[in-house]
Amino acid sequence: MNWRLWLPLTAFVAFLAIAAYSMSQPKDDFVRSEMVGEPLPYFSLPPAAEGQPGVSSTDFADGKPRLLNIWASWCLPCIAEAPQLAELERQGAEIVGVAIRDKPEDIAAFLAEHGNPYTSIGRDDLSEVQLGIGSSGVPETFVIDGKGVITYQHIGDIRESDVPLLLEQLREAGA
Amino acid sequence: MRRAVLLAVLMGAPLAAQDAMPPAPYAYRQLDDAAQEAEAQDLMETLRCLKCQSQSIADSDAPMAGDMRHQVRIRIAAGEDPAEVRGWLMDRYGDYVSYSPAMNVRTWPLFAVPGVLILIAAAVLFRRFRRAR
Repeated sequence: MNWRLWLPLTAFVAFLAIAAYSMSQPKDDFVRSEMVGEPLPYFSLPPAAEGQPGVSSTDFADGKPRLLNIWASWCLPCIAEAPQLAELERQGAEIVGVAIRDKPEDIAAFLAEHGNPYTSIGRDDLSEVQLGIGSSGVPETFVIDGKGVITYQHIGDIRESDVPLLLEQLREAGA
Repeated sequence: MRRAVLLAVLMGAPLAAQDAMPPAPYAYRQLDDAAQEAEAQDLMETLRCLKCQSQSIADSDAPMAGDMRHQVRIRIAAGEDPAEVRGWLMDRYGDYVSYSPAMNVRTWPLFAVPGVLILIAAAVLFRRFRRAR
C-alpha cells in the first residue's frame, strides 16, 4: 500500500495532539514587561500621601535595591497583598509605591485601613510610569537594583509564597 | 429588601474595580490638527488594549486604554512618527501590544507557513496534472 495515503491522517493526528497539549496547559494571560533588564525610564511623580515624598526615577540609582509597587486604592487584589507588603517591609525591603489613577483622599483612606509599607508614594494620574515600565495592570511589583535597572517583574497580587521569592530577587539585585 | 441589597452589590461590583479619576486629557479629545489626528487614529486602531485583550485601544473604554490613547496623541502631536510610537510601546509590551505583527525570531512561522503551504499545493497539483495527461 502506498505510504503516502497515510500522510493526511498523520498530519491530522499531529494537529489533534498539538491542540490537546495546548489545551492541557494552564492559561497564561500575563503580558510580561520587556523592560526587565532595562534601566527605569525617566519620570517624576508628585506625592500621593501627606507627609510622604513623591517618586522620581532618580531616587533609585543610589546603590540600594528596592521594590516598586504599582497599586491603587480602587484595586481589590491590592487589599489582598497588603499583609504581604507589610511582611516584606518588616523583613527589611524598601518599598516605593506608585498609585495609579487615584485620588489623595482615597489613597489616605486605603493606607489608614490596610497599612502603609511605603517609603514614598507617587501619583500616576495618567498611568505614565505604568506604561513607561511595561506594566499592564494593578497590582504589579518590580525589583529595581541599586543602579536603577529593572531586574524582576511580579504580576498580580503578592501571595504569601511569593514573599521569599521577592526577598531573594532583592538580594540578587543588591549583589 | 435583601434581594434589592444583593442586586445593588452585584451591580456595584464591576464599578468598584474602576477608578474614580477623570479620563486623561487626550483620551477622548481629538487633536486639533486633522492630519495628525488621522495618523493617531490609524495607529490606535492597530494597538491592542492591554486590559481587554480583543479590542484595540481605539475601541476600548478601559481607563488604561484611555491613557494609552493620550500617550499616542501627545506623541504624534509632538511630531513623533507613528512607527516610533508603536516601537515605544513594543519596547515595553512586546509583540502583544501590536495588531500589525513584525517579522522576527518568534513570528517568522506566521509569514513562512502560508508560503510553504502554497508550494506544497503547487507541487501536488503539478504532479496530478502531469499524470492526468
